Amino acid sequence: MRITVNVDGVRYDDDVEPRLLLVHYLREHAGRTGTPVGCDTSNCGACTVLLNGTSVKSCSMLAVQADGAEVTTIQGLAATANGTADGGLHPLQRAFHEEHALQCGYCTPGMIMAAADLLKDNPHPTEEEVRDGLEGNLCRCTGYQNIVKAVLKAANQEVKA
Amino acid sequence: MTAIQETGNEVGKARVRKEDARLITGQTNWTDNITLPGLAHIAFLRSPHAHARITSVDAHEARNASGVFAVLTGQDLRDEQGSLPCAWPVSEDMVLPDHPAMAVDTVRYGGEIVAAVVARDRYAAADALELIDVEYEELPPVLDMEEAIKPGTTKIHDQGNKSYTWELANGDLGQAFNDAPVVLERTYRQQRLIPEAMEPRSVVCAPVGDEYTMWSATQIPHILRLMLAMVTGIPEHSLRVIAPDVGGGFGSKLQVTAEEILSLLIARRLGRPVKWTESRSEGNVAVHHGRDQIQRIRIAADADGRIRGLDVNLLADMGAYLMLVTPGVPLLGAFMFNAIYKMDAYRFNCTGVFTTKTPTDAYRGAGRPEATYAIEHVMDDLAAHLGVDPLELRERNWIKHDEFPYDTISGLTYDSGNYEAATARARDLFNYQDLRKEQSERISADSPVRLGIGVSTYTEMCGLAPSRVLGSLSYGAGGWENASVRMLPTGKVEVVTGSSAHGQGHETAWSQIVADQLGVAFEDVKVLHGDTQVSPKGLDTYGSRSLTVGGTAIVLACGKVREKARAIAAHMLEVSVEDLEWTEGRWAVRGDPDQGKTLAEITLAAFAAHDLPDGVEPSLDSDATFDPENFSFPHGTHLCAVDVDTETGKVKIRSYVAVDDIGHVVNPLIVDGQVHGGLAQGIAQALYEEAAYDDSGNLITASLADYLVPSAADLPSFITDRTETPSTGNPLGVKGVGEAGTIASTPAVVNAIIDALRPFGVTDVEMPCTPERVWRAINEAKGGAK
Ligand code: FES
Ligand code: FES
Repeated sequence: MRITVNVDGVRYDDDVEPRLLLVHYLREHAGRTGTPVGCDTSNCGACTVLLNGTSVKSCSMLAVQADGAEVTTIQGLAATANGTADGGLHPLQRAFHEEHALQCGYCTPGMIMAAADLLKDNPHPTEEEVRDGLEGNLCRCTGYQNIVKAVLKAANQEVKA
Repeated sequence: MTAIQETGNEVGKARVRKEDARLITGQTNWTDNITLPGLAHIAFLRSPHAHARITSVDAHEARNASGVFAVLTGQDLRDEQGSLPCAWPVSEDMVLPDHPAMAVDTVRYGGEIVAAVVARDRYAAADALELIDVEYEELPPVLDMEEAIKPGTTKIHDQGNKSYTWELANGDLGQAFNDAPVVLERTYRQQRLIPEAMEPRSVVCAPVGDEYTMWSATQIPHILRLMLAMVTGIPEHSLRVIAPDVGGGFGSKLQVTAEEILSLLIARRLGRPVKWTESRSEGNVAVHHGRDQIQRIRIAADADGRIRGLDVNLLADMGAYLMLVTPGVPLLGAFMFNAIYKMDAYRFNCTGVFTTKTPTDAYRGAGRPEATYAIEHVMDDLAAHLGVDPLELRERNWIKHDEFPYDTISGLTYDSGNYEAATARARDLFNYQDLRKEQSERISADSPVRLGIGVSTYTEMCGLAPSRVLGSLSYGAGGWENASVRMLPTGKVEVVTGSSAHGQGHETAWSQIVADQLGVAFEDVKVLHGDTQVSPKGLDTYGSRSLTVGGTAIVLACGKVREKARAIAAHMLEVSVEDLEWTEGRWAVRGDPDQGKTLAEITLAAFAAHDLPDGVEPSLDSDATFDPENFSFPHGTHLCAVDVDTETGKVKIRSYVAVDDIGHVVNPLIVDGQVHGGLAQGIAQALYEEAAYDDSGNLITASLADYLVPSAADLPSFITDRTETPSTGNPLGVKGVGEAGTIASTPAVVNAIIDALRPFGVTDVEMPCTPERVWRAINEAKGGAK
């Protein structure tokens, strides 16, 4: 099937198999390997991207369902969003770095994309709201404490900006 | 004993990590990202049965499917695949069954590989799997360890279902238990766990002529290369193993896997590069599991609670085969059941048992969480039995800070520690007295939500390991680590380490150490690792060894650089070597500090080599290998408060305080992160996770929908702090921290739950302490509904 997708600001016209998962399309056809795969049951959130600005698990959709859509991955987040002044990093990326919110980094792209969506809907979340909001994203390394801290920090920075 | 070195100003700083730049922007190099011209994709067909004979495999249709390059069965590979390695034959009579990478005639656990498809892409490979027709003759599964070793039970291997029995004893146990005023007997269950590193395993293997490069999501590129050579007969120097960015391990990637061996054999057969990446559900049956013990504990004590003797009997589930260090894992616990306590006699006896389940092996803590759980649980039971505060009981038994170095009953020498200080700090942070008061108020009010306080005063042995000790335990390798330092003409430094990080932040922490040791800027240090061609010598990352052993190797290598530089500096300054002293990155003349040369100046002079002293080679580079004389022994006091809703069985962690003593700290940011993650994994064992099998031997928690890795919403924020009693076993004074949180936290949480329920007569709740189990425990103790 023929699809047209905009991925991180670049337009792609491609013929894809109907069963191709969006995450595999992003990784293997669009070369956006920044978005990894962590499970096969839509539980881990590692593959989270923004589809027309809203977070989705790209392993739980087909590429053809993204026809006509704009996809933002971790690799396009800073450029797509406003506020890229700080060396090309999105406030969430900067906060994850500063608060040591990642260890192996495998969950990080999905975590940041999910957090970006969370802050869009709720710019001033409480700790509990951050924890509940990230429920669909698993991290095995950090115990989440610094992830929560980073998201709260990014939220505050956006207020100041 | 090694003198502790004064540290400069980098070590101890909360440096944000160098690694993050690529990880937060998606520029990471995971194995599954790698693609090569002509890359073929492998998919494995796995046994749906726990135990069965393979009567026929028909791959005809699959071989003819579109895009399929090859289909291979166990029969095809039987003469070349060898047996997967086990590096730890714990006893001379240990049963070590043949373990083919691909099953030939019998499968012994659900998930064992029976065939491989090699195809043009992952979808075509998966499609063709469905075209393979395997006929099985089912055999009875063997799922229960106690049943497994009874006579008459179906034999999983010809040699039977018992692998070994191993014993360690010291002191007169009979005397300790005879006439003891108090003897408690308990049986605890360590459930089976799945490590669940977030990056699934992945392998790419590329042949170039008769040489092979393998990229693998592994913790152990060096050990893997050696083992690939030994298993396949391909010469070691024709193999290069690369661990690119690796997304967590926790022991699960401390393995030489069937998939790695088969990828290499298939790449050789087909003469083309191949890739295999597992799905999570595949990984949950195929990645080794952890824990799984039945622990029978007897403790004898005086009326005042002083421990006289401890008797430990374990059944440890090996699963269907022995993998890299499977049989040795429970034995790491042999030295840890006695924990921080003094006693007169001790016996540890462990029987390794085969079942028709996924093999077990190292999972974060490996043997030590199991031991710590049992001793800390039984100490709380003993305290309750005697009516003594659990912290008070521990204090009566623990080694005092002025008794170090202390020779323990299990034969180790603890070099340093201060249990009093860590406990005092934890009590304060936790508001111990106030919480105890609130607890009794709730009991008096017969509140439906009870408060429980759990104690865990743990220690552990890590920094694996003195090679001699490993030798005495029959382990197949040493425990040293290697480092080399390369001084570049511009004054930049490349440090090559044999440790192989997969989230630990070595690039940052090692840079801090080198910056202090050589007086160079943190930014001027580049850490190289994880590729056997770049870092030819190493024993990799596990057992909280990288800093204590690998970090020390770096210190030693830096010392050699300084000494080489000194001779050149003396020549440049026309003074004698003895006249120079090292200050802030320079060799300067004693008493005349303006006269000196920076390391960068000396490095450039060595590079130019125009005017070097006679006999001095034009290089400052160095290489050092460190073999520790002892383990390191982190310790700490963890306190956990839980609210238990007695009507629903629901447990909520209300506060968690962790005070750890890991000696000097190189990077507090990284240390806190390690502790947080470790706590989460230990709490997950206490409350959420279990690899469960049904009666026919199917893993019923094979996906992340069923195996409950906790999310942010399931965990609290932790209060962490440290006391600092330097290790005397290495020049940095450091101890390991990678496993401490996991080792300490499981008993703290379970003890808290039981503490809340003791008024009802509850003495144990089997892990994971789900609401249902907690509710049942209350009602059974009350004599109510089961
Ligand atoms: S890979 Fe998409 S949710 Fe796990
Ligand atoms: S940082 Fe490793 S899984 Fe989150």
